[in-house]
Amino acid sequence: MSHPSAQPHSAGHPAAADAFVANEPRAHWHDKALWFIREKRDRAAASLPEWETLRDRAAQIKAHTIANLPHYLEEFEANAQRMGVKVHWAADAKEHNKIVLGILQQHNAKKVVKSKSMLTEECHLNPFLEQHGIEVVDTDLGERIVQLREEPPSHIVLPAIHLKKQDVGDTFATHLGTTPGADDPQYLTEAARGHLREKFVAADVGITGVNFAVAETGGIVVCTNEGNADLGVALPSVHIACMGIEKLLPRAADLAVFVRLLARSATGQPITTYTSHFHGPRPGCELHIVMVDNGRSDIRASDDFRRSLNCIRCGACMNTCPVYRRSGGHSYGSTVPGPIGSILSPAMEPEKHKSLPFACSLCGSCTDVCPVKIDLHHQLLTFRRELALKNLIPLSKRVSMKLLSFVLSRTWLFAVGGKVMRWVMPKLPRFMVYNRMNAWGKQRELPPMPPQSFRELYAIRKHMVNKPNGEASSHSTKGAA
Amino acid sequence: MNAREKILTKLRQQVLPVPPLPGPDGPWITYADRAAQFSAALATVGGQAVRVASQAEALSHLAQLPVMAKAKRVASFLPDVDRANVDLNLVTDPHTLEDVDVTLVQGQFGVAENAAVWIQENSAPLRASLFICQHLVILLPERDLIDNMHQAYERIGRFGPGFGVFVSGPSKTADIEQSLVIGAHGARSATLYLLQNDR
Amino acid sequence: MKVGLFIPCYVDQLYPDVAMATVEVLERFGVHADFPTAQTCCGQPMANSGCTGDTRPLAEAFLRIFSGYDYVVCPSGSCVSMVRHHYEEYFHNNPTFEALKARTFELCEFLVDVLKIKSVAGKFPHKVGLHQSCHGLRELHLGPPTELMNKGTPNKVKQLLAELDGIEFTSLQRPDECCGFGGTFAVAEEAVSCMMGQDRLADHQQAGTHVLTAADMSCLMHLEGLLRRQGKDVAVMHVAQILAGREPQFASQRGGTSS
Repeated sequence: MSHPSAQPHSAGHPAAADAFVANEPRAHWHDKALWFIREKRDRAAASLPEWETLRDRAAQIKAHTIANLPHYLEEFEANAQRMGVKVHWAADAKEHNKIVLGILQQHNAKKVVKSKSMLTEECHLNPFLEQHGIEVVDTDLGERIVQLREEPPSHIVLPAIHLKKQDVGDTFATHLGTTPGADDPQYLTEAARGHLREKFVAADVGITGVNFAVAETGGIVVCTNEGNADLGVALPSVHIACMGIEKLLPRAADLAVFVRLLARSATGQPITTYTSHFHGPRPGCELHIVMVDNGRSDIRASDDFRRSLNCIRCGACMNTCPVYRRSGGHSYGSTVPGPIGSILSPAMEPEKHKSLPFACSLCGSCTDVCPVKIDLHHQLLTFRRELALKNLIPLSKRVSMKLLSFVLSRTWLFAVGGKVMRWVMPKLPRFMVYNRMNAWGKQRELPPMPPQSFRELYAIRKHMVNKPNGEASSHSTKGAA
Repeated sequence: MNAREKILTKLRQQVLPVPPLPGPDGPWITYADRAAQFSAALATVGGQAVRVASQAEALSHLAQLPVMAKAKRVASFLPDVDRANVDLNLVTDPHTLEDVDVTLVQGQFGVAENAAVWIQENSAPLRASLFICQHLVILLPERDLIDNMHQAYERIGRFGPGFGVFVSGPSKTADIEQSLVIGAHGARSATLYLLQNDR
Repeated sequence: MKVGLFIPCYVDQLYPDVAMATVEVLERFGVHADFPTAQTCCGQPMANSGCTGDTRPLAEAFLRIFSGYDYVVCPSGSCVSMVRHHYEEYFHNNPTFEALKARTFELCEFLVDVLKIKSVAGKFPHKVGLHQSCHGLRELHLGPPTELMNKGTPNKVKQLLAELDGIEFTSLQRPDECCGFGGTFAVAEEAVSCMMGQDRLADHQQAGTHVLTAADMSCLMHLEGLLRRQGKDVAVMHVAQILAGREPQFASQRGGTSS
């Protein structure tokens, strides 16, 4: 079962978003579903008076850890190895995939169960393993649904948020033999439970992601609501845990801060059902941890973008983003969509993802909900500068900005240009103003074209005020805005 | 240069000022009535907290539950559970636990802020039993309730080798059109007995 | 005090009365602001496109034009945010700029924080929908955003309007969701931009808004564009215009196209 990676639309985010918005009822349904989760997050955050302190604390811990990363990576490795963990390092996605394959082949593993790991998505692990004749079953229910449908997840926490229960019902009818037309979530979940249980029991190896890795103890923490990660590694005798190098925390005590923030930010729950702490392998079994760079060290080098490594993959930024809610995760064509994805993906592949930093109205809500205080909207703006410097801004935009700058740098030209525009526009027939060339005018009227600009009115007013017996002139008290 | 050296060298080449690591203390929430907060939190995550005097009372309450009445295979990490018919000492392959209906276990402590119970491997040596069962039953002395996760990690102290898990309620998912379904892959129900006495 | 008036480029050309109302509001509180005519634009359109090279001349012009004033006041949260948060890269610890930055204010924050105005007297017996423009709200902290848990901070815009006789603030389902203007976003991502705007208007409609107001004319330009295309009779006014005592213009009063 192939699991294609997310691919950007050839014309970038705007074209994909266009298509999503075109189905207005569905777009509004998607928007409301995610807003509901944002509201749950708000209630959970409000329940802790220390919420903003927790955010500050988390940001400080991350800043310290990322700055001191080589030290903590070595400390983690030593402590993990002391307990019998096999620690592997991968410079990039390719190496990561090779290492995982190597472990599987060593154990003649043919059947793998995998819990949610955005890192393995990023490395496109599934298609790679499948090419080598290995069955990979994503066990998170949302992930399994999209896997069966052969599409990528559209949200990093809620992979199937873009699907209605009828869609899931159809998919399960085809693949799991559920009653066609049946769409009761309870019934469908029960069917998935049975189906996936078989997979857990038959699996040779279990792969998980890592929510947090603790340098001081050499342990890793995996958080789920479904119990799929735990089932996936409690039965097979080999556990492979894949993590980005930025997932480290210095001390076990630091886990408190992050565990308190994660689920509340992601779904508004106080904690996930299971928060599992793995210190060393099960007796008689193996635990492998694969630590992956894949561009993270480059991001770390940048003063502007380093803080994006704080990310704990909670998805809160997606839930609050008014653009994500109305365009859907697939419109980003990247492993991680939404605000954080629109920094991380272009950072790794600027040409491929150049439309993403512009898929943003700069509202700043993402920055406010981020539990680790990444200045997301500022980084998105800064990234636009990076793209311009790399010549990845369309020529038409570059030319028009140069032209605009030219005009705006010359007061007389600005004033004259404005006057001409205000004089000409009202005289043009409507079809000349509102046509395919006028994107603003598709659904909006243009602003009115007043006969006089403020600077003209101000000059008149000043002149009148300076007249010997002049009071300020009688400009209209009925606001003609 | 292998990947390890490549990565560490690259990271060390970037000379970054290291901001201080903050200490663990803070204005962390506490509760006047931990049992009430714990029970309320457990209810919101789909679990059930029952206050009883002792393990004996817990077991007799449990015996009344339909879950128990229908249970064919019961595994218990607690001693003196008559109903238990899976001898965990004889289990070498966790796969054989696939048909366990109910698992009984003692929690080390419970966290009021989020109804999470810490279960450490030494009290549940077969970790699979916690996840593969259909129904999880946890016994926890009320005096082992603490306020928040900071206290939790302090209480755990040093992590030695092994497995430990915070369990908060039954397994669940909302992956199908945001409809909450209790009982995903792990336990379908989580019943927790708060013991007024220690046993 | 010598106060310089900083007027957004499109307000100067397209919404002159907003600027005039700003002048009047300031005069009402004893501030006779000067409008240095050399000014044109803060440079946001270029900066938001990533073209910071094209923004530089405008940033430098801003410093030249305004450094002589005790305060710079601007009826736009986004333009002030541009100066205070995004001009850094053009000046690199230039003390003159640092000083000017600290003295550059959006109109409402100037009234509340510098002039210490608690509220404004007057009559405005209308159902007012306050749109919380994002830059003012989240960058300049004109009010408490719903996602931040520091609920104690006052809403400066609301505070200024609150004592007007008869004013009634309508209750929105999403009090501070973005309108979707976002600068060039409004055109580059037209479909999402307009859906965001329509959703704001639908919220205002269910809340019973008759007069839509905000402290940023850019949001209002976008929302008003949608309203007029749909022929909806909601008056749109910048906060400065309400504070200056303007009356709302409803379609029933308006004859033909507004000018």
